[in-house]
Amino acid sequence: MTGLINWFSQIISVTAFGFQSLPKRLGSSLTAMLGIAGVVAVMVAVLSIAQGIMQTMENSASVDNVVVLRSGATSEMMSGLSGDEARYISEGPGLVRNDSGAIASPELFVIINLLKKTTRTDANVPLRGVGPAAFEIRDSFKIAEGRMFEWGLNEVIVGVGARMEFEGLELGSTIPVGQEEWPVVGVFEAGGGLAETEIWVDSAVLQPAYRRGNSYQTVYAKLESPDSFPEFKDALTSDPRLNVKPMRESEFYSSQSEMLYNLITGLGTLVAVVMGFGAVFGALNTMYTTVSARTREIATLRALGFHSGPVVISVLSESLLLALAGGIIGATAAWAVFDGFRAATVNMASFSQVAFAFDVSANLLVRGILFALIIGFIGGLFPAIRAARQPVATALREL
Amino acid sequence: MTDKVPNLVHINNVDKVFKRGSEEIHVLGGLDLEIPEGEFLALMGPSGSGKSTLLNLIGGLDRPSQGSVEVGGEQVGQLSDRRLAAWRARHVGLVFQFYNLMPVLTAQKNVELPLLLTHLSRSERKKRAAIALDIVGLSHRKNHFPRTLSGGEQQRVGIARAIVTDPTLLLCDEPTGDLDRKSGDEILDLLQALNREQGKTIVMVTHDIHAAARASRTLYLNKGQLSTEPVD
Repeated sequence: MTGLINWFSQIISVTAFGFQSLPKRLGSSLTAMLGIAGVVAVMVAVLSIAQGIMQTMENSASVDNVVVLRSGATSEMMSGLSGDEARYISEGPGLVRNDSGAIASPELFVIINLLKKTTRTDANVPLRGVGPAAFEIRDSFKIAEGRMFEWGLNEVIVGVGARMEFEGLELGSTIPVGQEEWPVVGVFEAGGGLAETEIWVDSAVLQPAYRRGNSYQTVYAKLESPDSFPEFKDALTSDPRLNVKPMRESEFYSSQSEMLYNLITGLGTLVAVVMGFGAVFGALNTMYTTVSARTREIATLRALGFHSGPVVISVLSESLLLALAGGIIGATAAWAVFDGFRAATVNMASFSQVAFAFDVSANLLVRGILFALIIGFIGGLFPAIRAARQPVATALREL
Repeated sequence: MTDKVPNLVHINNVDKVFKRGSEEIHVLGGLDLEIPEGEFLALMGPSGSGKSTLLNLIGGLDRPSQGSVEVGGEQVGQLSDRRLAAWRARHVGLVFQFYNLMPVLTAQKNVELPLLLTHLSRSERKKRAAIALDIVGLSHRKNHFPRTLSGGEQQRVGIARAIVTDPTLLLCDEPTGDLDRKSGDEILDLLQALNREQGKTIVMVTHDIHAAARASRTLYLNKGQLSTEPVD
């Protein structure tokens, strides 16, 4: 026990000497620390894009909503349903019903070209034709400015995200729909979900504008409860008149964002790892310099009888401290600059734009700081081992 | 009839070879040395003659390539690194040419440093450090940092640190090498007093003939061999 206390006492002493002499190595220490801060800031910022997209998708989904596509379709763009099929789907069991029938909205999904404000380049913007039930299905829908479009009229309402990202979506302006120009009469919010990047219109007026006849692409519907899904799905998939794929809304949005999320996460991680290598070398350089600057001190302590273990821990602690500080600075900077920053990118599943806010979550901050600590550990380990292995007599001679 | 003083250090047929790349440098060859308890021995010799190497071998800071180094009945070269470190902390006091004080610690804390390796309480450590500083005449400077002390004062702190654990053996590597004559003399006075009044066995490496004159015996090292006469 005494030996253990003695060992801890040595660790505390040797580490304290290192920390107390840090101001003498301020330049190189700051360089390493800021290098690590940069890596963490970039990593957290990039991953917050993926997090933001995922968050947008999650905000879009409700547990008791269901989406029905043609079997084999992986996105709304690829799906197609006839008016009869849409009706059969609406008659499925387990859906909420009112006086007008099931809460189900057969929807049309087309893409129009608008200019992106930030780049002034063409962007694919989703234009969705909806039925009256669409607003009961999307609980968080509300008109934020202007008014709702009139059913049967060539009018559109635009999501707040779409208005922020694309040109020509101000109230009172017009947008090209088919061969005509339709006025923007309202701006809506949808709980931060994907719909906020869309433009909505009465499906009945969108069908002729794009010569779609009586066809749709998807049916959105509200279940009586999340538990109603299996019954609804079984009924539809066993109906010989239908060839469809019913999915829970959460499952649908998850599949829609998966490719983009994985791509951004993969790229972000790759960038972080490549930059991390650079930061490791920076930390290695700093810690080798530190060990070199502390040669006299370390050699003296070991000559006096201090063990090499506390020396290793001391050098590692210093490296980890610098990395921790760098990690906190980088993560905080990423949070301060990017959290909530709004942007839009192409969702590869639908080939349309998705507007989102960078989401620098607590989980990401922790991951960034952990990554910094890994850099600090690798950067400190080898110099620490060198410090501990250097023969005392040789180290004293080099003074 | 006078009693023979027992030897504290027995060095028997010691070789020390350093490797520089593929080249082997023989620093000590077949060296024998006995140092009685309570002796003040000065080691002189030209640069590169192996004085510091011999001192390091006696202090367990290095191991012989061949032969044995026995100090106080312990075969120093055969101890593991961990046990050797513990042995040094208990039995050897080291005094360096450039003092090797921790710049971030006060004189008092520097002196307490070797006591961190013991089980002594904080108050006991403080008390012992105060006694050591008193012995070297620096009690009034105990709260000063090394940078605010003169070279002579720093070396006194170094000596206080070396004696604070009450070791049997003091190893001094050019203790006056970085000091002016007056300060150097004060340090030598102190070492002599420690030898005569406290019975410390002292081995001192020096280039300075005046310093060596303070010792009770002087040996000369040249080309890895010891002799009692200086080599031209």
